[in-house]
Amino acid sequence: MKHTISVLVENKFGVLARIAGLFSARGYNIASLAVSETLDPSVSYMTIVVEARDEKVLEQINKQLNKLIDVITVTDFTKKEHIDRELVLAKINYTPKDKAKLEGVFDKFVGKIVRHKADTAIIEAVGDEHQIKALLEELDKFGIKELVRTGKLAIE
Amino acid sequence: MKMNGSQILLECLKREGVEVVFGYPGGQILPTFDALYGYEGFKFILTRHEQGAAHAADGYARATGKVGVCLATSGPGATNLVTGIANAFMDSIPMVAITGQVPTGLIGNDAFQEADITGITRPITKHNYLVKDIKDLARIVREAFYIASSGRPGPVLIDLPKDVQVAQTEFIWPQEIKLRSYNPNYSGHPGQIKRAAKLIMEAKRPIIYAGGGIITSGASFELLELAEKTGCPVTWTLMGIGGFPSKHKQSLGMLGMHGTAYANHSIMESDLIIALGARFDDRVTGRLDLFAPDAKVIHIDIDPSSISKNVHVDIPIVGDARQVITELSSEIKQVLSIEDWLKHVDSLKKKYPMRYKDKDKILPQYVIQQIDEVTRGDAIICTEVGQHQMWAAQWFNYTKPRTFISSGGLGTMGFGFPASIGAKLGRPEKTVFNVAGDGSIQMNIQELGTCVANKINVKVAILNNGYLGMVRQWQELFYKRRYSYTPITSPDFVKLAESYGAAGIRVTKKEEVRPALERAIKTDNTVFIDFHVEEEENVYPMVPAGEAINNIIGGLA
Repeated sequence: MKHTISVLVENKFGVLARIAGLFSARGYNIASLAVSETLDPSVSYMTIVVEARDEKVLEQINKQLNKLIDVITVTDFTKKEHIDRELVLAKINYTPKDKAKLEGVFDKFVGKIVRHKADTAIIEAVGDEHQIKALLEELDKFGIKELVRTGKLAIE
Repeated sequence: MKMNGSQILLECLKREGVEVVFGYPGGQILPTFDALYGYEGFKFILTRHEQGAAHAADGYARATGKVGVCLATSGPGATNLVTGIANAFMDSIPMVAITGQVPTGLIGNDAFQEADITGITRPITKHNYLVKDIKDLARIVREAFYIASSGRPGPVLIDLPKDVQVAQTEFIWPQEIKLRSYNPNYSGHPGQIKRAAKLIMEAKRPIIYAGGGIITSGASFELLELAEKTGCPVTWTLMGIGGFPSKHKQSLGMLGMHGTAYANHSIMESDLIIALGARFDDRVTGRLDLFAPDAKVIHIDIDPSSISKNVHVDIPIVGDARQVITELSSEIKQVLSIEDWLKHVDSLKKKYPMRYKDKDKILPQYVIQQIDEVTRGDAIICTEVGQHQMWAAQWFNYTKPRTFISSGGLGTMGFGFPASIGAKLGRPEKTVFNVAGDGSIQMNIQELGTCVANKINVKVAILNNGYLGMVRQWQELFYKRRYSYTPITSPDFVKLAESYGAAGIRVTKKEEVRPALERAIKTDNTVFIDFHVEEEENVYPMVPAGEAINNIIGGLA
């Protein structure tokens, strides 16, 4: 099962390697990872989506992360009310005759065309996990040529 | 006062109370060795290999409870420390390892003798630092000592580029260390402690299972109090040896793969395990799903990640073993009614005593018992890893903490000899033995040079059976006696010792064992005692890997 956790860390070189190393050394899978500076430039915020087969593994991930000296706090969003979003950029097959069809998609999802060239368009869209999943199913009908995603961001 | 990086480093080490540093010079640590020239703030011991320096620092830390310090150059010097750092990490030993590094401007350029040692040691240190700015150095050294010695202790590495060693700055000693992200918790949750006490008072078949945390936190007296107040039988791990007097009537000895049969049967039949500073390692639990099926578990540990990692814990208490045990004892307000259980445990002791079948040849167990008798149990016993290690764990009556020094988690052959050097420097008044096998001793035998040059008087008892004995035992039992590369040749240990300027004694007859030990102890020099022991003696009792720990094979047990 996938779990979303956030980790506040000291913004020092090598911290990302410590976190990533912990996951690989103990055989935990990272599904996505997003890192950025916070309001306090000495602190970085990581949103990590992990695959954990049970509660015990999740508990260990939490405890092991907390053991790292540079980790300030770990929050497990699994049972917490939170907002999560992901941004995707998708290059799809698109010609002007698809316009109405695509507008129909954007009625349901937060997205727009950010660039249109010949027979492709780059779509930018933001949403939670379910919205992104549903959107990608819709876009798949056009034919997705390339897809990049930020990974999930989450906040309490 | 203005100082350069090397001078600041030495001043910080001195202020941290460092008595001895083990190390080896090299190109990128030259400025620090220049500062060490004639330096009198602490003793410096030149080992013959950086691995020896790391293990010596580790042995010093285990014998004294203080932080062990080792120093090496960049690249190969640093990578030679790696095994020693991993060893200290697995056994939660406080250590600070300092390495030279190529100048900051060259880092990442594949410079001569460059290795990314902070990257390499990231998973085997509690924390590590690359010092990029001279202004951070004093703070980093203080943090390193604080992190290494607090909470669950462990090794911390400081990588110090050459240009930082020579850079100058005003020396400012940080008065206090504050880390917003690191605050180890020492006192246990009072509610949990009350619940634990209740569970203990209600238990019918309780057992205390004590680990290295007893030694680390200095809780042996508190453990004795708790044991005597409750009457619970006490078993311990390899790392817990010395934490409880082995001749005490409640003592069950070590448990696990080569533990006593009665300790294993007792814990399997218990209805409450009181785990104190132990981590339910696979060498202790055997097959997990069959481990102590009726037992509830109280687990006291400083490291939250050790709790509920392997076994389900009913009452977790995060805290320092000594503090929590004291509080727990004071909550035990009635005598436990466990007479039937104690009778049963006693019957197990009688049914499965520790014994071996004597032979005409020298038996390794006999040598250990003789060391115990000759020293009257008052010695520090270091070990390498293998059969001799288990015999040293089983057949010496340890009564005090920090008297058994052995590589537990990592199982590092070559640990014992350099560790005995560290132990002797930390506790010069003690007789220090390194119990070794003929295989293990050859892994860091070069440290004979360190002993002789520095007049470090340790006794090395080699249980020489011509085999890598523990692996041979497994091959005998599980690989149809196919002794693949386990027969091993050795040099003439007596001549070898003598060529270094140490003393050597060869013992081939049983009646020579005791006189040889007495002579070795009287000799004011490092002594190699080469005991030619029974070649194919096995360590028993034994639980095959992956079996339930009451599934005990072999021997007389």
